[in-house]
Amino acid sequence: MHAYESEFREPLINGLDKNYTKITDDLVRPTERITTLWVIATLLTGAGAAFFVFCLTWTVWFGIGTWGLNKTIGWAWDITNFVWWIGIGHAGTLISAILLLFRQRYRTGINRAAEAMTIFAVICAGMFPIFHMGRVWDAPFIFPLPNTRGPLWVNFNSPLLWDVFAISTYFSVSLLFWYSGLMPDFGTIRDRSKNKWRKWIYNMLAFGWQGNAKQWQRFESLALVLAGLCTPLVLSVHTIVSFDFATSVVSGWHTTIFPPYFVAGAIFSGFAMVETLMVITRYLFKLEDYITIAHIESMNKIIVLTGSIVGIAYLTELFIAWYSGYGYEQFAFYNRVFGKYWWAYAWMMSCNVITPQLYWFKPIRRNIYVTFLLSIFVNIGMWFERFVIIVTSLAADNLPSSWSYFSPTWVDIGLFTGSISLFLFLFLLFARFFPTIAIAEVKSIFRISSEAAKAERAKLEGSGTGGFVGLQAVGPLDKDAK
Amino acid sequence: MESNKFIVGLWDHEEVYLHAIQHIRAKGVEIYESLTPFPVHGLEQALGYRESRLHTASFWFGATGTILALSFMTWAMAFNYPLNIGGKPYWPLPSFIPITFELTVLFAAWGMTLTYYVRCKLWPGRVPPIFDARTTDDRFALVFDALKLSDAEMSEIKNMCKHEGAVEVKDRVFTENEGL
Repeated sequence: MHAYESEFREPLINGLDKNYTKITDDLVRPTERITTLWVIATLLTGAGAAFFVFCLTWTVWFGIGTWGLNKTIGWAWDITNFVWWIGIGHAGTLISAILLLFRQRYRTGINRAAEAMTIFAVICAGMFPIFHMGRVWDAPFIFPLPNTRGPLWVNFNSPLLWDVFAISTYFSVSLLFWYSGLMPDFGTIRDRSKNKWRKWIYNMLAFGWQGNAKQWQRFESLALVLAGLCTPLVLSVHTIVSFDFATSVVSGWHTTIFPPYFVAGAIFSGFAMVETLMVITRYLFKLEDYITIAHIESMNKIIVLTGSIVGIAYLTELFIAWYSGYGYEQFAFYNRVFGKYWWAYAWMMSCNVITPQLYWFKPIRRNIYVTFLLSIFVNIGMWFERFVIIVTSLAADNLPSSWSYFSPTWVDIGLFTGSISLFLFLFLLFARFFPTIAIAEVKSIFRISSEAAKAERAKLEGSGTGGFVGLQAVGPLDKDAK
Repeated sequence: MESNKFIVGLWDHEEVYLHAIQHIRAKGVEIYESLTPFPVHGLEQALGYRESRLHTASFWFGATGTILALSFMTWAMAFNYPLNIGGKPYWPLPSFIPITFELTVLFAAWGMTLTYYVRCKLWPGRVPPIFDARTTDDRFALVFDALKLSDAEMSEIKNMCKHEGAVEVKDRVFTENEGL
């Protein structure tokens, strides 16, 4: 039977008028109407996404020379954007997989949107290394395909190749996880709709979902195993991304702390992006009862934890550089903090280490405006973190005669801002046509964690009849029934 | 679906519904289908379903991925085209671990999900029998096959459902070529 939850624990579904019908109505409604604000936002971000495609075309047509790269700094905004987007993608899988294994009920309100965010962030991320190849039509050869050069296979020693496998696995498994979870909710939309075509389309999307006990049993088994697979997967992906740097011999990159530090940073930036999106989504679609302050507070706790881990990693790097007694390493970090890029380091430190510490205070953790502002700060800070690691380490390398400075061109800027537009554009399409909140999963916590159920229990407890609503209705559970 | 004639009982509270299933099964009545809007905890135990074997399938898919990754990389680097890369060994096992891990996860996840679709009879364009449209919204349904039942047996089942707290009990007859 249902778990009994303390009355003192904050409800995750607000509103005393809630029941299953109301939940369906509230959560499906955004897919059933179109608002002017949505149209304007979609057109604007769509234009930005078109500009992204234009910049990509420009890059392919004229070559990588249109970017601000030079002989010394061969990786700059492109790889910064790549790592930034991949990091953002991590929160989705973390929320759906790790929080599922830890039985955190607050995940039900945010997992769907976070998983969608993962998919879109990984799409944006993938664009950068693919187009950085220059001859993008040769991109399929990053996979070990039979070829006429020997066959000369790809180098399985290379972390860049591991990255190809890690990210493509991550993308496709996240897609499976997300889509399998969506099918029951597509079924709900199908059964509600009156329009024949709408019914047909959502039935196609739902794969003919029925919701019988055997489907649900297998569904839960699938969700649990996929969560178990995704948990090490999500950790492995950013570990492998960090290997791209850590296995090189560049001072400032060649650091054993990178894997855990990158993973913590990825979760940190991902949760920040989830908050940025959810604060807007709950307002636009009137979902305040389902994405509550309790959800926001739980996410802020994770942000302060991962932000502190990242902060400790920064300080550890500095300490180890000093403690190593190795001149080049010491110079790399001195240059990082006080060199030409001191301003980037200052942005990184203040947005990632200092401002998230405000979340130790409960009123700030529960303030929606501060949360929105600080989540943007974290996004900025995490972009600068990658920029600092990549560009400052390359700009002043071991040979002073080749030292250089990176300035982005309009194509660099267009690709970065364009990828943000593409991301928001895809998210807006998702929020309009797909249920943004996992309807079935929210219903499954209704009897335990909703304000309405808690009030009903409190009423029964007050009358001295015990707290179990269901047992009150039908008498004690007949255990011997077969 | 061999039958086209069913009795559908609808409940609006999952705990009442679970008790109803236990009591009805205890009386020896066979339940054809059980439909709920979300996974109800304890439902498969109440219905007496055996545990799903999907996770076992997933393990074997994963093991296939592991073996395939390791054997392919070994063949490519050590046998098919041995190449001296920075003086590293021709069979660098530690370098194979990340890709082996990724392919294990890839095969386990895809294999399990596709098995799940096949076993649950889910594919794009499938038209499911919809016993009641509210079972994906707010109703918990029990479906009984009524094709071979006499009128007396049918009314007995209906009364049993009502006695067990069903908010609605109805007949559902599927016509030929019934769509969505």
